[in-house]
Amino acid sequence: MDKHYQLAIIGAGPAGLAAACLAAEHDVHFALLDEQPGPGGQIYRSIENVTGHKAKVLGEDYLRGRQLLEDFRRHCKHYFPNTQVWSLDSQREIGLTHDGQARTIRAEQVLVAGGAMERPVPFPGWTLPGVMYAGAGQILLKSAGLVPEDEVVLAGSGPLLLLLAWQYCRAGVKIKALLDLTPPFNVIRALPHLPRALKAHHYLTKGLMFQRELKRAGVPLLKGVSELRAEGEKRLESVSFLQRGQRASIPATLLLTHFGVIPHIWLTQAAGCRHLWDQEQQCWRPQLDVWGNTTIEGILVAGDGAGIGGARAAEYAGRIAAIQALHALGRLNTNERNRLAEDDRKLLATELAIRPFLEAYFKVPFSRMMTEVPDETIVCRCEEVTAGQIKRAVAEGHTDSNQVKFFTRCGMGPCQGRQCANAVAQLVATTRGIPVPEAGLYRGRPPVTPLSLSQLSELEQGDQA
Amino acid sequence: MTPDVLIIGGGLMGASTALQLAKRDQKVLVLEKDAPGRHASGVNAGGLRQLNRHPAEIPLTVEAAKLWRNIRELVDSDCDARFTGQLRVAENHQDLQLLQQRADLVRSLGYTHETIIDRDELFRLVPVLSRHCVGALYCREDGYARPYHTLTAFRRKAQSLGVTFLAGNKVVGVERTNDLWQVQTPLGHYQAPILVNCAGAWANQIAKALGEEVPLTPKAPMLMITERLPPFIEPVLGAASRKLSFKQMQNGTLLIGGAHLARLDFGQERTEIDWGKLKESAATVTALFPQLKKVRIVRTWAGLEAFMPDNIPVIGPSSTLEHAYHAFGFSAHGFQLSPIVGIIMSQLILDGKSQLPIDAFRVDRFQKKG
Ligand SMILES: Cc1cc2nc3c(=O)[nH]c(=O)nc-3n(C[C@H](O)[C@H](O)[C@H](O)COP(=O)(O)OP(=O)(O)OC[C@H]3O[C@@H](n4cnc5c(N)ncnc54)[C@H](O)[C@@H]3O)c2cc1C
Repeated sequence: MDKHYQLAIIGAGPAGLAAACLAAEHDVHFALLDEQPGPGGQIYRSIENVTGHKAKVLGEDYLRGRQLLEDFRRHCKHYFPNTQVWSLDSQREIGLTHDGQARTIRAEQVLVAGGAMERPVPFPGWTLPGVMYAGAGQILLKSAGLVPEDEVVLAGSGPLLLLLAWQYCRAGVKIKALLDLTPPFNVIRALPHLPRALKAHHYLTKGLMFQRELKRAGVPLLKGVSELRAEGEKRLESVSFLQRGQRASIPATLLLTHFGVIPHIWLTQAAGCRHLWDQEQQCWRPQLDVWGNTTIEGILVAGDGAGIGGARAAEYAGRIAAIQALHALGRLNTNERNRLAEDDRKLLATELAIRPFLEAYFKVPFSRMMTEVPDETIVCRCEEVTAGQIKRAVAEGHTDSNQVKFFTRCGMGPCQGRQCANAVAQLVATTRGIPVPEAGLYRGRPPVTPLSLSQLSELEQGDQA
Repeated sequence: MTPDVLIIGGGLMGASTALQLAKRDQKVLVLEKDAPGRHASGVNAGGLRQLNRHPAEIPLTVEAAKLWRNIRELVDSDCDARFTGQLRVAENHQDLQLLQQRADLVRSLGYTHETIIDRDELFRLVPVLSRHCVGALYCREDGYARPYHTLTAFRRKAQSLGVTFLAGNKVVGVERTNDLWQVQTPLGHYQAPILVNCAGAWANQIAKALGEEVPLTPKAPMLMITERLPPFIEPVLGAASRKLSFKQMQNGTLLIGGAHLARLDFGQERTEIDWGKLKESAATVTALFPQLKKVRIVRTWAGLEAFMPDNIPVIGPSSTLEHAYHAFGFSAHGFQLSPIVGIIMSQLILDGKSQLPIDAFRVDRFQKKG
């Protein structure tokens, strides 16, 4: 690994890979850093090792990634898998650990393509053993090919929920029930966006296909579900919920939940880039211009880390951001840049046409769930801080997320607040009757992922600013 | 209604001064530009240290230690204070000699809180310490508390006695007319007969408005915290010839500091961790505690603090204008002093003089003589 690169790309998902291919074509001295053992990101995870039958289970989209990877393998010289990036600052110094060695490197341009994570939503019992994120289940399916033995209950909202159910079904897993927490009136809110969404009709047909196949497989699909609870003494014993005004309960040992995905903002947050609260997607995302530039010069974001758009949109946005980086490096003048990005812009626009519809349709009732969350429910899992403690801190005059964090320790554990940042901001906002942005986002306190004392003590330093 | 005293800065110095004034029936208004405890007072290392202070600070630190012992009486909360002692470790005989000189100095001033302990005593207190250490300077009554909780306790107690804190209220203009201080913030106009400058790293800006130039440098010392570990060390640890402050907190995490500075953009109030310097703190810890090598760091940060050239604070009346007072420049060791600073300020303001000697902290001490 060199101490200095013209361009550093963080994340080898669709956005990062597409950017890398473009940078390679233009002979830029760049590095691609990723924490996974192989390229592909979340969506194309382990794609290079997937064989015939499993590939079929995972679907056609998954195979689309293969092409991208073949291009990438041909081009990329400085690809570093198994690399944890634990810091990024405004001077574009990157702190990372590779092969157990911690080091800092510097790049003239940094493209953060860190993707998304599952939206954590606290609800009663969510910390019980036996309750898991659907995405974690999916990771097991993709990399280890593991399928749960028992029947599972799936609950939540969002396009991935159906996809996952469908993938599990095809892998031979028994699904006891699929609980859809999408509020019924979302349909009405989504309708005005439908005409535009038809441009990207492949998504809609895919969604319908999932539903049809699930029905055919005999999976009970329960709609209009609310007030989800995981119940049990030491571990999950049953899942209870409200449907049509009635509380019902299903015995279960494994509950997989999914409430959509949110951008991975933790590196741009550490760097001090400005972030906005996206009311539609109900999450924080970095403030960007049309080229993917953040509010800090030389730091760009593309892909789901910029706001959820899906794998194809990530590819186009990754290329657009790489084009901008080339421009900033003096490789392309303004006209050349604009021309080179034209096709990707068109494709991106078509691709994103579906988003307003999906966002409205799958809008998670997050603020309502945070209003309903009982005082004894844990919100910060690392430090075991409950909703009640957070509300009390607000009442005692700790008026924003950071003060509440100082006082209750929520967000101070090893996950660095990733799991509770949104919930705490929403709780503070709800308790005070203020908008979420006013409650604010935790300040970034690197390292973004933990680093050992000996790793830091043996840090190899790169170029100084 | 016009308050009797207006305090600029809602850190510990402002809150402690407000509390003591309120206890003596003064109406106090505290203006804070961010939120109380946002800066040094909320994010410091929480060390309650009398050990190895500047001789001029010794009378204050000893009185402050007494107040900390009974902190609940003062603020209705124990601030999570623990009195586990503080150590300054000697790693060789030269270190030990230096520490011995220090202990002699303290004794010659008539104080007994700092003593030399030998190797055996040191390993009895800290069995896990690397075997190369040879002794230490020790203060049994020292310890640590939780900073933001302390600030909150001071604030809430002051509020219960009628003090008003206005957050998000940055003082941008100060002048004296009609025998009153006229204080301007973007949110409003405030006035009071008496003004106290507790503006921390920004205090020179307030002093300047009073016509006083003070050589204050804002700096941002870094801290890091590890994952939780089972309890293994009680005293707070420093080292004679290395920058280190090391303690295991109430919840098992290790808090590691050492006065290494973050990169600072003061105008933007942005700090950035200097990993190359923090590396030294990590190296010091693994040298003194080799068994901690695998322990994971989960968080680092830096706090903004006012440093004076001689590393002791400014405490006292303005040298240019009447009815204005200063308490700032604590140079990264004001947390422990905060309870006594409030008392000193209230005495200065209400009695015209402090019972403890504060001459060394005069604001005009930096001016060229003659
Ligand atoms: C990393 C770190 C570790 C430390 N560790 C220790 C320790 O272990 N032990 C110890 O004894 N001390 C320690 N200290 C020092 C201690 O924290 C400080 O000396 C003490 O908190 C200073 O209190 P203060 O009220 O003067 O400053 P602050 O807490 O900074 O308060 C000043 C306040 O004034 C406000 N302000 C400034 N300008 C204006 C304006 N124009 N209008 C309105 N408000 C304004 C600021 O926003 C700020 O909140 C440490 C400091 C740091 C930074």
